[in-house]
Amino acid sequence: MQIELQMKHRTLVVRLTGELDHHTADALRTAIERELDRDVATSVLLNLQGLTFMDSSGLGVILGRYRRLSQMDGRMAACCLNQQVQRIFELSGLTRIMGIFPNEELALEQL
Amino acid sequence: MQIKNTMLLSFPSFSQNESFARQAVAAFALQVGDWTLVELDEIMTAVSEAVTNAIIHAYDQTVGEVRIRANILEGDGIEIIVEDDGIGIDNIKQALEPMFTTKSQQERTGMGFSFMESFMHELVVTSAPNQGTSVRMVKWLAANSDTQG
Repeated sequence: MQIELQMKHRTLVVRLTGELDHHTADALRTAIERELDRDVATSVLLNLQGLTFMDSSGLGVILGRYRRLSQMDGRMAACCLNQQVQRIFELSGLTRIMGIFPNEELALEQL
Repeated sequence: MQIKNTMLLSFPSFSQNESFARQAVAAFALQVGDWTLVELDEIMTAVSEAVTNAIIHAYDQTVGEVRIRANILEGDGIEIIVEDDGIGIDNIKQALEPMFTTKSQQERTGMGFSFMESFMHELVVTSAPNQGTSVRMVKWLAANSDTQG
C-alpha cells in the first residue's frame, strides 16, 4: 500500500493506493499519528480512490483515528470510495458517523 | 455435496500472506463460474478476515501453520475451510457477536465474523481451547443461491 500525505490548510489529506488490511494497517496508523502529533492538522480527509481492498483491520485503523480526532474536536471525512470499500463502510456504520464525498474538493469544502 | 475440484494451501502465519491467501482463493473460485465483481470481493473479504483471525488470535505473537482447503462444488458453489492449530476459541457464540473482540486495545473492531456471515451463505466455526480453529464457509453463485438456500 502506498500512502501519500499532504497538508491543505489545516486538513491532512491522506491518499491511499493498494490494499488496506492487517498487514498494511500499522504503516497507515503510524503515518497519520505522526502527523497528528505535530498539532497542525485539525481534520483528516481520506482519499481512497486508489484503494482496491479493505477489510475489518483497515476499519480499525480508520475508527481509531476518528476517535482521536473526535476527542480533539477535529473532523474526519472520506472520499472516492470504490464499491468494495463503500460496502465495508456501510456495513460497519462508518457512513453514519463520517462525511463521505464523491471527490476531494467537495470534502475539503465541508471540513 | 459433490466436489468437482479441490485445492490445499498452507503457509506460515505471516501477515504478508493475507493478501496472497485471498487472491489465491479468488483465483481458484473463478472455476465455479461467472461471479460478479461484488461476489469476488465478498469471497476475498471473508477469506481475509478468517486468515487475519488465525494470524492475530490463534497464533498471536507466535508463528504457526494456516491451511486453506477450497472445494469447487456441484451446483456452482465454493466451500472454503480456513484452519489453524492455534489457541482456539473458548466461547464461539460470543466470538461471533458483532463488535465482540478480545483485542480492542489493538484497534480490532470485532467485525471479522460479521463480514464472513454477511458475505457468505454458510459459516460454521469449530474450535476448542488449544485445539485450533476451523472456519468453514460456503458461497453459491447468486443465480443459484435461492435454490441452494
